[in-house]
Amino acid sequence: MAYPRGGMAVKDLSFRVAKGEFVFLTGHSGAGKSTILKLISADLRPTHGELRVSGFSIGELTAREVPKLRRRLGIVFQDFRLLQDRTAEENVAFALEVTGARPDTIPTRVHRVLTQVGLASRGRAYPTELSGGEQQRVGIARALVNDPPILLADEPTGNLDERSSRGVFQLLRDINAGGTCVVMATHELALVRQTQYRVLEMREGSLVFDSAEERIATEGVS
Amino acid sequence: MSLLTRETIRSFRRAPMLSALSITTIAFSLFTVGLFGLVAVNMREALRGISTRVQIEAFLLRGTPPETITLASQDIAAFPEVEAVVYVDEDQALQRAQQELVEFKDAYRDLQVNPLPASLQVTLKEEYRDAASAAAVARRIEGFSFVDDVRFGQEWIERLDRLRNLAGFVGLVIGLAFAAVAVVIIGVTIRMTVLQRAREISIMRLVGATDAFIRGPFLLDGALKGLLGGLLAILLSRAAFELFRRNSTTGLHTLLFFEPKHLALGILFGVAIGLGGSLVSVGRHLRNV
Repeated sequence: MAYPRGGMAVKDLSFRVAKGEFVFLTGHSGAGKSTILKLISADLRPTHGELRVSGFSIGELTAREVPKLRRRLGIVFQDFRLLQDRTAEENVAFALEVTGARPDTIPTRVHRVLTQVGLASRGRAYPTELSGGEQQRVGIARALVNDPPILLADEPTGNLDERSSRGVFQLLRDINAGGTCVVMATHELALVRQTQYRVLEMREGSLVFDSAEERIATEGVS
Repeated sequence: MSLLTRETIRSFRRAPMLSALSITTIAFSLFTVGLFGLVAVNMREALRGISTRVQIEAFLLRGTPPETITLASQDIAAFPEVEAVVYVDEDQALQRAQQELVEFKDAYRDLQVNPLPASLQVTLKEEYRDAASAAAVARRIEGFSFVDDVRFGQEWIERLDRLRNLAGFVGLVIGLAFAAVAVVIIGVTIRMTVLQRAREISIMRLVGATDAFIRGPFLLDGALKGLLGGLLAILLSRAAFELFRRNSTTGLHTLLFFEPKHLALGILFGVAIGLGGSLVSVGRHLRNV
């Protein structure tokens, strides 16, 4: 993946993530973690090599196919990206409405997913009335409400205190235990060390460590 | 209530000042176009009024038999360019001259013999009241053997033609310039609305909304603002028109306002600008995010 004005954002990497797997993407700021997540969600396109996600070839996706791919992904951000003028319920329902879900099914599905993230009683609250941890749970609920097989989380605990961080991380683990593949970018090694999940470590745009192989992939491109 | 309608109402409620600013901008832009339109409509009407005076006068030889004149009048009236033919005999000609040329009133009174010839006064249909058509008709009338002379004020009609062409050209250029400025101003205003909702657009895209779905509320929003702006522009134009007409001391109370079809066109123009502005702004934004 090259920058528009030259230079490579990520390069020389090759990996495969299995269905239902939990993978940490680690590395310092600027290592290329977010770029990989953006590539997976077709927010960026690879300039070389091949990237396949859930049956879609990202480099060959047409504009019409991008929404179809994104409906198979849930995306969680460090800054939550909630709409401030909508309640938690409305934020979650929004993801269903814009993808054309049947209106009569929306309240039930929203309630189910808010219950799953532990916010069933806070559905009518606006983002400004929620703590950081709660806002992130709403963000996760929104990402989950379309039942995506893959959840991408870009520094989901980056703006949270330690307690909230642990809660959100546990929630992601629970989601993964339910069969959803989770790819989580983080630079919080404390969280990484708590578990035996697979770790992909990035440095200056390259994959330097894959705990599944315990050796650097020296061939293949992004 | 459909999601499209709900999102549009939400957009108005979320940023009432920006919405009001957009509608006001559209209204004042269209108002400017409307004021110019009023000037154009009234100038066209004034020129139309002047053009009714375009007339061909065929002076007849003395002693032409009345039946010949009647037949010739019928022939001339059948010309495609001709609206009406009126026969004016010698006595009527003198009577008119006395009424219209008051300064020669005494001279006419002392006349022993009426020097004025009878004539056929030919009025042209509105679309033929130009120098070329008048000259063509005059040439054909000259062909009648009992016609002594034909006059139609060629120079005057040519000037009228030039004035009409100039007014049409200037009107088109200024009208287009006003409309272009209105489109640009309205486009910028709508762009502000799109930028204000950039975060929402990015979230919509990330959760899998199609571009067509994202455009929907913006297009309805733009069309509604165009509609409201158009209606407000009509109100402003009417108010300005009435104010001008009432305070006018130069007989301008006969001024014309827009016809209903022009008003409908104005509103449609507002809606089209609102829709077009939204389509371009959202399209550009979607390409860049």
